[in-house]
Amino acid sequence: MTFHHTTLENGLEVIAELNNRAYSVAAGFFVKTGSRDEMADLAGVSHFLEHMTFKGTPRRDALTVNRDFDRVGAKHNAQTSEEDTFYHVTCLPEYLTPSFDVLADILRPTLREDDFETEKKVIIEEIRMYLDNPMSVAYEAAKTAHFGPHPLGNSILGSVDSITALRVERMRDYFAQRYSPANIVLGFAGKGEWSQLVELAVQHCAGWQGGPATRQADPVRGTGTFRAIRREEDLQQTVVGVSDAPPLETEDRYAAHLLATILGDHTGSRLYWALIDPGLADGAELSYQDYNQAGTFFTFLSCEPGETQANLGRIAEIYRTVMAGGVTEDELDQAKNKVLARSVLRSERPMGRLASLGFQWMYRRAYLTLEAELEAFSRVTLDDLRRLLRDWPLWPMTIVSVGPTTDVHRPK
Amino acid sequence: MPVSDSVPVTIEQHEYSNGLVLVGEVMPGVQSAAFTLLIPAGAAYEVADGLKVGGGAATMVAEWITRGAGSRDSRELLTALDNLGVSHSESAQTLHTSLSAATLGRNLVPALEIFADIVLQPHCDDEEVEPVRALCLQNLRSLEDDPGTKVIYELRRRHFPEPWGRPSPGTVEGISGLTGDALRQFHQAVYRPNGAILGVAGAIDWPRLKDAVGRLFGDWKPRPDPHLSEKPGGPRRDHILRETQQIQIALAHPVATVVSPDYYRARAAVAILGGYSSARLFTEVREKRGLCYSVYASYESQRARAAMLCYAGTSTDRAQQTLDVIIAEIRRLGREGIEPGELETMRAGLKSSLIMAQESSMSRSSALASDWYFLGRVRPLEEISTELDALTPRSVSDYAAGFVHMRDLTILTLGPTALRFPAESKV
Repeated sequence: MTFHHTTLENGLEVIAELNNRAYSVAAGFFVKTGSRDEMADLAGVSHFLEHMTFKGTPRRDALTVNRDFDRVGAKHNAQTSEEDTFYHVTCLPEYLTPSFDVLADILRPTLREDDFETEKKVIIEEIRMYLDNPMSVAYEAAKTAHFGPHPLGNSILGSVDSITALRVERMRDYFAQRYSPANIVLGFAGKGEWSQLVELAVQHCAGWQGGPATRQADPVRGTGTFRAIRREEDLQQTVVGVSDAPPLETEDRYAAHLLATILGDHTGSRLYWALIDPGLADGAELSYQDYNQAGTFFTFLSCEPGETQANLGRIAEIYRTVMAGGVTEDELDQAKNKVLARSVLRSERPMGRLASLGFQWMYRRAYLTLEAELEAFSRVTLDDLRRLLRDWPLWPMTIVSVGPTTDVHRPK
Repeated sequence: MPVSDSVPVTIEQHEYSNGLVLVGEVMPGVQSAAFTLLIPAGAAYEVADGLKVGGGAATMVAEWITRGAGSRDSRELLTALDNLGVSHSESAQTLHTSLSAATLGRNLVPALEIFADIVLQPHCDDEEVEPVRALCLQNLRSLEDDPGTKVIYELRRRHFPEPWGRPSPGTVEGISGLTGDALRQFHQAVYRPNGAILGVAGAIDWPRLKDAVGRLFGDWKPRPDPHLSEKPGGPRRDHILRETQQIQIALAHPVATVVSPDYYRARAAVAILGGYSSARLFTEVREKRGLCYSVYASYESQRARAAMLCYAGTSTDRAQQTLDVIIAEIRRLGREGIEPGELETMRAGLKSSLIMAQESSMSRSSALASDWYFLGRVRPLEEISTELDALTPRSVSDYAAGFVHMRDLTILTLGPTALRFPAESKV
């Protein structure tokens, strides 16, 4: 396993973790832009733009983009979050050159107006699809409730109204501002030769232009509000809770991840034993999400409407108990074992390594081997968790409840 | 794209005297090991002759057996798996109950020891029945809130003859009525080593693994295979009324099984229709017309029957056009066949997936168990590659010619309004 790094003259950073025993190679562009970078009248533009990149370039129309990936068996996709847009492809090493030719090409899209109008309909369908999913509705509403006016509360997809009103010129401006080479990291993982990768990067990306892009990343504290949304058609009640957590810039993120595993992993955690095992809920989890200068603990609950209030009380009790008494050595060891094995399993695929490599580099300018990352987890102590719980209390939290009943309120 | 040079593969197999089959693959370059245990104890057996337990028994039992086994109670058992870093899942499907797990190679045998307890010595305590029931009922309710998943379960139920399309989550009536004794009866009748397959892949030591599995599962007593009687499925055209934002559209068409000599032709035709982003459905429905976000065709097989499933979800005002375009594409494939370039693309995609699967012990362990279930052997990668190379545009087109008869197509929609369906008599 070897690590390499260089910066092209236009500011594009290129990194690679190469592993000769891999069967595939993964390549990805990490663009530092997402819904938190959008003004209100641009809601959803980052995600819409991600779709539009696949709709064509000066060299390819949308059908050719798809065909040129597929003809060499390249698995490609993209995803947009609150703060990043990530484009990736995984292929056999002998097909990296043609695969990368398409991936780099689409990062300089044409953004044609007729494609824009056709794709608008697809985006609206995607929004409607998520509206049929109670957890997505609750999750979006909970972020908005928690972050208030802070842009981390923006919806990634936007709304039917904001997308309908969006004009292609605004998207082109947004692209010009956010897709400058200095705002992008290019990462590779898996089997490859560094010199060849640099050559590919220079050949396809050295001509990219654009000035520096900035992000306003103000720290934020959650509002702690409570909201109940009625959805008569649902059978289950869905609740998302949010509380503040360490931002990605701090080393506390390891402790935060372990705490979430102990309390709210999908199996064997405190929430599991209190809610799932006795059949009081069919979903009860806690997860840690880090952002640029912010962080959150998300609590997810799915249960029968009539049991919601009691379950919220049980969750409050679990969080208060751990805030007062911490966790046990056994719980911490168990969480470390889980995290270690899962990290190893995920990292066996180049694609599993790529995301972690790219985001580490984008936000910390750091390369961490898998071993170093595991080592950081193993160093976490009971004292670290006590301090974490003091600095970042899990309770009270912002709560949004979605489902047939609105007879739900904040537990005492 | 040659696949044999790039991937050195060692596959071993052993059948124990009780009928359990172990299939192992040593994967160089991975630290992990994964296993998939397929037990012929899926939801279809709920209606085996002489058994007849309520719908959902297979799912309830799969949950029940993990709640304490051997010397460990429920909590000790999960804790032991956590301490070994085992990611695991236990689920009943239509034909099988599948127990699968992945962990570091050095923890494989200790993990298997725990799973041997789960299979051979589950406590099946009566006090766990109510919590298991409550959990399974809630899962059913959440399924009702998930229209995209719901429609596929309901499509299978209509397309395949009963019990081969039986939904494993069961029914509210079934789960509500199952007693501890009925669950025990189901467990005793259908959990058996004859017909069970254990696929293991990753960082494994074959001789040691073979001995360990013999020691751990050797006492598992064979039982007679329960008999399943087949009844017609249907209806072929149906709509489920639901106040959702989108209408879910699902179609199924019979195709060749994995066992059939036509298998590769069928796989190719389905992939070319809707297996990737340059395939026909994505191109015609989404890229050209912007009718929906999600649209695909997929292949799934049992031993005696297989189907091509097509799916799309879209708004009420565009649902009819979406359905019409999907059907037109199925018929165009049947009438006009495929282009040489489409075959090349399909081949490249399938071969890449096969080679990339060598990086994942989890996906290999399930492929080993699945191959053995269908064929009684594991297909070497070069065999698959050779079969794919032997396909021609003509051979795939000839196969797809069977897609033109509307009577073979099952169509189900779910949403606020029904759509116009093509008549079953139409060709």
